[in-house]
Amino acid sequence: MIEIRGVTKFFDEKKVLQEVDALFEKGKVNLIIGKSGSGKTVLLKSLIGLLPVDAGMIRFDDREITGLNMKNMKEIRKEMGVVFQGGALFDSLSVIENVLFPLNFFSRMNEEEKRERALFCLRRVNLNDTGHLYPAELSGGMKKRVAIARAIVLQPRYLFCDEPNSGLDPLTAIVIDNLLSELTHEYGMTTIINTHDMNSVFEIGEKIVFIHEGRKEWEGDREAILHSTTPALNEFLFTSKFNRMVKENIR
Amino acid sequence: MKFLDILGAYLLFMRRIFTKPEKRRVFFRELSNELEKLGLNSIILVMIISFFIGAVLTLQTAYNMSNPLLPRYLIGYLTRETLLLEFSSTIVSLILAGKIGSNIASEIGTMRITEQIEALEAMGLNSVSYLVGPKIAAALVINPVLYIFSVFIGIIGGFLAGLSAGSVNYDDYINGLHFEFNPYYVTYSIIKTLFFAVIFTSIPAFYGYNVRGGALEVGRASTRAVVDSSIAILVANLILTKILL
Repeated sequence: MIEIRGVTKFFDEKKVLQEVDALFEKGKVNLIIGKSGSGKTVLLKSLIGLLPVDAGMIRFDDREITGLNMKNMKEIRKEMGVVFQGGALFDSLSVIENVLFPLNFFSRMNEEEKRERALFCLRRVNLNDTGHLYPAELSGGMKKRVAIARAIVLQPRYLFCDEPNSGLDPLTAIVIDNLLSELTHEYGMTTIINTHDMNSVFEIGEKIVFIHEGRKEWEGDREAILHSTTPALNEFLFTSKFNRMVKENIR
Repeated sequence: MKFLDILGAYLLFMRRIFTKPEKRRVFFRELSNELEKLGLNSIILVMIISFFIGAVLTLQTAYNMSNPLLPRYLIGYLTRETLLLEFSSTIVSLILAGKIGSNIASEIGTMRITEQIEALEAMGLNSVSYLVGPKIAAALVINPVLYIFSVFIGIIGGFLAGLSAGSVNYDDYINGLHFEFNPYYVTYSIIKTLFFAVIFTSIPAFYGYNVRGGALEVGRASTRAVVDSSIAILVANLILTKILL
């Protein structure tokens, strides 16, 4: 479980996050949704500790991370898996080396065990016989899957994904969404996904936080979102004719 | 004011480099990769440049020594002194600042804009130490080696050019190489190469690490890295010469 209270972040004079409160639940797929530039990536990076917050509190289970020194933050980061928007795979390393990377730093396994674990994670994301390839040789969907394999290789308690299906075709996007959902339930992780993909909201979103202009405007589950009366959320979700039709049919 | 801001940020960046490596084995693996990338890939360039500059130095010295009272062994002597004192340390480092510097800045800059550096930080690693530490260590090892290599190749280039053009004979050239040899000049130049190695790796790494934006900014960072590290090498050369000679 990750709890945030009054999280505020400034970039110079601009307030990009304004007293955001939210609760991200364990063993569930938690989504942060919002328009581009709404502050959701800043919120995610603040949760990971990549951006220090200017005010507020972030708690990972019973541990508060705001104000932690580098050493203590490092311990918590070992329990995190992060999937960046573009995958952020290391170009100079092969697929297997990318997945082995966190193990080489943070595990006490021997070489054979590490390799076994990396191969297991690659198989888990449905990537067989790709270990020798380099990121430049992979498709967008494959890159995302390697990034997921790397993120779960240390069996994290918390998984963070920044727009994991951006730039993917709808079919591959659903595959990635379902994979993240399966892994969340399999490992009992607290998964937080940044997205503005409506498919993800209705496909895998168990807990949804809507961010608008740096503020949390709405929080709930995917059933409740259909009945939301928040204007900004309705505008965001149901601008397209297709989504409005879906909403009416479901209702 | 802007210069002081950049200098302050650079010093803080340097402090992050010189921390204990996360895993010694990973550090040495990266070091060997960097030795290959920075060193072996630069040897051919250093060889070609040193050979031709040595050759030109000999021919120009010979051309300017029309006075018959001047002994011909001075040609070998001046070629040696120029290579030992300045060319093989400073000029080769300036060339490496262009070749290696732009490479480092664009490599790290690309890692920044593709979130690879953030991925390292998110894993709990000191990304500066992991990315830049092995590069500086490799340059510290390889730059003195390249210096020695450059001196020898330059002398051979001068010898072959002088001999084939009939500007100097074998005995005069060899006598010139031995004449008034001061071994401290080698020590002085090797000390300089160590400072230059830190400069032409850390400044480009600093600019690459702080890239914000896209491919255009990576290109700009790369250019700034080469310009600033070249200026820093020239300034350091002046200061070190004043201190050491």
